[in-house]
Amino acid sequence: MTLDPALDLFPLLAGVLAAVSCGLLGNFLVLRRLSLMGDAISHSVLPGLVIAFIVTASRDPAAMFLGAALAGVATVVLVEIVKKLGRVEPGAAMGVVFSVLFALGVLLIEDAARQVDLDADCVLHGQLETLVWYDAPAEWSGAFAVETIRAAPRQVETLALVALLSSVFVIALFKELRLAAFDPALATTQGYHAGALHYALMILVAAATVASFEAVGSILVIAMLVCPAATARLLTDRLWTQVLASVGVAVASAAGGYAAATGIPAIAGKDSVNAAGSMAVAAGALLTAAILFSPRHGVIAKLWRHRALARRVAREDVVGALYRAHESGEAAVLRAALRDRLAPRGAVGLRAALRRGLVAERDGGLALTPAGRAEGEALVARHRLWERFLVDEAGLAPDHVHEAAERLEHLSGGPPAGPSEDPHGRRIPRAGE
Amino acid sequence: MSEGAAIASELWTIATFRGGFNATLVIAGTSLLGLAAGVIGVFALLRKRSLVADALAHATLPGVALAFLVSAALGGDGRSLPALLAGAAATGALGVACVQALLRYTRLHEDAAIGIVLSVFFGAGVVGLSYIQANASAGSAGLTGLIFGQAATMRPSDVALMGVVATVGVLGALLLLKEFTLVCFNDDFARVQGWPVSLIDGLMMALVVLATVAGLQAVGLILVVALLIVPPVAARFWTERVWVLVALAGLIGALSGYLGAVASAALPRKPAGAVIVLAAGAIFAISLLAAPRRGVIASAWRRARLRLRIAGEHLLEAAHDRGVDVIEPGEIAAVARERGWPRAARIFVAWSLVRRGDARRERRGALRLTPRGIDRGRRVARNHALWEQYLVSYADVAPSHVDWSVDQVEHVLSEELVAELESRLASLGRPAPAAPGGAR
Repeated sequence: MTLDPALDLFPLLAGVLAAVSCGLLGNFLVLRRLSLMGDAISHSVLPGLVIAFIVTASRDPAAMFLGAALAGVATVVLVEIVKKLGRVEPGAAMGVVFSVLFALGVLLIEDAARQVDLDADCVLHGQLETLVWYDAPAEWSGAFAVETIRAAPRQVETLALVALLSSVFVIALFKELRLAAFDPALATTQGYHAGALHYALMILVAAATVASFEAVGSILVIAMLVCPAATARLLTDRLWTQVLASVGVAVASAAGGYAAATGIPAIAGKDSVNAAGSMAVAAGALLTAAILFSPRHGVIAKLWRHRALARRVAREDVVGALYRAHESGEAAVLRAALRDRLAPRGAVGLRAALRRGLVAERDGGLALTPAGRAEGEALVARHRLWERFLVDEAGLAPDHVHEAAERLEHLSGGPPAGPSEDPHGRRIPRAGE
Repeated sequence: MSEGAAIASELWTIATFRGGFNATLVIAGTSLLGLAAGVIGVFALLRKRSLVADALAHATLPGVALAFLVSAALGGDGRSLPALLAGAAATGALGVACVQALLRYTRLHEDAAIGIVLSVFFGAGVVGLSYIQANASAGSAGLTGLIFGQAATMRPSDVALMGVVATVGVLGALLLLKEFTLVCFNDDFARVQGWPVSLIDGLMMALVVLATVAGLQAVGLILVVALLIVPPVAARFWTERVWVLVALAGLIGALSGYLGAVASAALPRKPAGAVIVLAAGAIFAISLLAAPRRGVIASAWRRARLRLRIAGEHLLEAAHDRGVDVIEPGEIAAVARERGWPRAARIFVAWSLVRRGDARRERRGALRLTPRGIDRGRRVARNHALWEQYLVSYADVAPSHVDWSVDQVEHVLSEELVAELESRLASLGRPAPAAPGGAR
């Protein structure tokens, strides 16, 4: 697949710029659980755009921007009003406001359709494909020149401006945004105006929506507001890293989605598909990858940790059972008997214990090695100390504490050592005896 | 006849089902749809899943595209509505499942999960549609109509479909009203009581899928969620009982569907879906303002009355403290300054005292207290003293700090509470403050 500067440079650039501004702002929406505010705003800027259109009877970008920004702020304010005055649940309040505003927009568009060429479809999924550069250089090497900047279509210029504004906003107000994202009340008591910050963020989201609507459409705005930030949130616990990662993910989604939109159909000899939609799908694919493979929060990593923990518990149960058997004078325990006693995880635990050299064959059965003896001793000591603790300190009956101690014994730290007998009169082993 | 009168008569003709077969068909279809969506939406609202329905609606688009491609590949007509709606239902349900999975297996919150499913699925749908437009031999004309709706092209079979959906939705909601209500209000309790909560939840979501898919053709997938959200939210203002809520939401939904279809049939270039949603929005706005108990006007009125009563009591209390029967205008001004009332409030306070029979107007704006007013002033002053003593003796509040909070509480102490305070303070050996009549 080859990309052609004339056809691909500006669409790609527009997609990447939109992705970067939305991805940056999205971090703070996702953290403040306001992702759907982006959704609501991107639906309800429609009437603002159309009204600006009707009033000025032109596609004057400044008027459009003003109309959309006002509609965005109106959405936020209306949602607050419905929520507070009507005591309506936040999600439903948002749903009422944006769906009614969107319906208003659709109605106005149909009404104004004779005077202006605006249609609701393009607001949804954009017209990246129309950003053609007619006198582009034939080679990509020629595209890195001042000419490129001069030739950039208006949509790309607006997107670049919004991307710049968003970056400046996030970098300059990072500390304030972080505080407001995690604890708006604290931010306010510290003298930062959390409410003003909130509205500034919403205005920028509206700006990003407006700047994007002609080129990439509002659906990509929603995708880029939520998906890259969510992906980054699964990869890291540090906000700076998250913000940087989200920008990376946004750029990768835009570029990858664009390449897939033209590249994959080309292999089958078909025409290319909608690039904005494909970018949204690419963002979803990256998110899916993060959900599965994130080292800390990924599903696979969690499953793996779960399995490791389960195996350790099973192994410790085997060692504990053998220790108790030795305590009561059995020199060795038959493999089958041990497995049955610890079913259903006995076999797994036994394999793990054998592999670690904690258990060895003796007299046709199994017995603890010295290392196993030490582990068993520590485990049984923890078990009996917990029983003692639960009876003495938590006031449980002696015949009710075994089950709890059976779980607690696997925690690394035990209760304070000291007592020499458990509630059933058994000796509590001490290290080194 | 003037243009306005012509439009009005056209509206009337259509509204009374005499506007021809097609118009009547559309009206019947959208009314039935509104009824079903309103009833089903109540449970989505009560379960706080309104916006999950939005994700669901957007997630139907890839299903539509897929169904088109599959049925075209099998040699059928890609545009057959049942196939498209089946595809829509499949990916819509998949979208809901994805939202649940994101909540279950990641640390993302519901808003992010909904936004992700909504945008990624819709993006996939847009990709599918553009592929069909560019590459499929059969036209895709019928497909984009499902995004914004195309009520005008409804056929008798489509209306029959809506009738079936409305019946299933309403019957399902009525049969399972108790179970749905239980799960909506307290799912943990339902689980403890042995109800199959996941199954009930699943049935609820299935009804939502049904209503969404049925609404695709009439109002389109972006606005169908409005039919599920707006009528229940509007109905919620008028009642606190679930079955009334269900009935009202169904009624409001049907009314919106009816009004929207009539207006869009009579007026040029008015897409039915948008008009239906705006009609529902208008009913919502009326409810928000005018509902008798929860409405904005009613609650503002209640608050104003309460504030007037409290202000009047402060005035009576001040008169009692100074031992006068006639409140001079200067005194009203002094209390007003102390309490920070706006200037206009003074007139209203005086007016409300007179209206309640606590005072009579004298010359030069003075108020002469009636025996009733004197008694009330005494009672408020006594409540003040009682509560102050209670705070000092029981809550260990310093005597110099109690006055402000007492000012709020003195107006809302009930007879029983006053009696209890008296006996408590008596048992502590503190002299109760002077009883009514004792001070003067």
